[in-house]
Amino acid sequence: MKTFQASIFGAAALAIAFSAQAGDDSDQAVSMIKRDFHAKGIAGMDRLNEDGLQAMCNRGRNKPPKAVADRLQQDQMQAIKYPADGKFLGDWKSGEGIAQNGRGMTWSDSGTAANGGSCYNCHQIGPNETSFGNIGNSLHHFGKIRGNSPEIQKYTYGKIYNAKAFSLCSNMPRFGHSGTLTEKQIKDLVALLLDPDSPVNK
Amino acid sequence: MSSIKLRAVVALSGLALACAVNAQQAAAPKKAPAPAAKKAASESKDAVTAEFEKFREMMEDASPAELFEAKGEELWKTRRGPKNASLEQCDLGLGPGVLKGAYVQMPRYFADAGQVMDVERRIVHCMVTLQGFKAEDLARQPFSTEAGTPDPVSLVTYVAGQSRGMKIAIPQKHAKEREAYRLGREIFNFRAGAWDFSCASCHGEDGRRIRTQELPNLTSRKDAIRAFQGWPGYRMTGGLMHTLQWRMNDCFRQQRFPEPGYASETIADLLTYMGVNANGYVYKGPGIKR
Repeated sequence: MKTFQASIFGAAALAIAFSAQAGDDSDQAVSMIKRDFHAKGIAGMDRLNEDGLQAMCNRGRNKPPKAVADRLQQDQMQAIKYPADGKFLGDWKSGEGIAQNGRGMTWSDSGTAANGGSCYNCHQIGPNETSFGNIGNSLHHFGKIRGNSPEIQKYTYGKIYNAKAFSLCSNMPRFGHSGTLTEKQIKDLVALLLDPDSPVNK
Repeated sequence: MSSIKLRAVVALSGLALACAVNAQQAAAPKKAPAPAAKKAASESKDAVTAEFEKFREMMEDASPAELFEAKGEELWKTRRGPKNASLEQCDLGLGPGVLKGAYVQMPRYFADAGQVMDVERRIVHCMVTLQGFKAEDLARQPFSTEAGTPDPVSLVTYVAGQSRGMKIAIPQKHAKEREAYRLGREIFNFRAGAWDFSCASCHGEDGRRIRTQELPNLTSRKDAIRAFQGWPGYRMTGGLMHTLQWRMNDCFRQQRFPEPGYASETIADLLTYMGVNANGYVYKGPGIKR
């Protein structure tokens, strides 16, 4: 964990050095935000402290220098916690509920109820939900197209756990890394996408 | 004044009728047959959007927002606060008491405060300096709830109504105004928080949606007007009057950020960035939002 943090810190320092020009406005804006915001409910001020990845993506306008990006992406990949039991497929029915649920992590959420994955906000998934967003790509027929091999299961679990391990400045939240979804919830989402019985693959 | 009120009452009854129609639609089965899922989504979105646009057009001549304009006018002209003064000497950038065109030229730099201020920040400033209200009291419950509409909301709506039909012309002459634009752009792109979101995560590309809600690309000139148009707005969801201060606040909530200070410099700069991008478009006045 320590080396992981250290390498993130090193990469961030490197990134900041890369873009000194835009850095002045950026630093000024960040100090202003930290001065003007206040903690509310479960949304603490610590959320404004950029981690290495956020700092990199912010300073590099989501296209950071490749060498640094590769290094950081590797760190994200190594920090993915896969299930200890080696099983990736949960219950697709419960996964559908998690995909539908857009609650969680805002200052108006209590923090006691289970968080949702907000999946339909950005993705087309099951065929029966016609209210879906398009910030992410369509996941309809996700498993039908890719199959259900152990490799695909692991990939899918990892992608939901931390999308940034696959594309550093992806728009998608890091649902496992951020503590938004539990291991069981992520397994249920993997099942929604890969289980041959899931309506996604019908 | 009384004719404004009468028209607004007529508008409100129209709104109730439209809401009833909406509720009926919501009760109808919304699921479409499976094979046509993608097509159905865009069709149902278009139907909802078209319905709302029709309703908004119908309401444009007699918007419920006018009730709040009338309330704001009364508040503007009445002697209030510990100093028992009206706001008629408040300078919104074009001279004390000049309201015509002030809204479409804000945020702007105010030398007396040494700051760039959006309309709400400036009105709060005037309520503090001219009337003796305390800024922290005004910040305690700044947004409309079922319990009531805060005075600054009505005042902003009144001031905005005085720019109806005028071109947006937010100034970029002063160095501080240009700095506000640049810092606003940084704030817009600042990714942080539990979900790594910035404003740009949802509002940085053309043609994006959350569920069926269309998201304007606020980095493009043609969409930037959508962030300005219709605000302050009477929101059908909840039936409350809201200003851009509220809109920014609720976006940061959904961004999973902590809460921005009410009428803060951060919000003024963000509104400068978004507003300047909309310069040149005609502002239609306080409106109606979904």
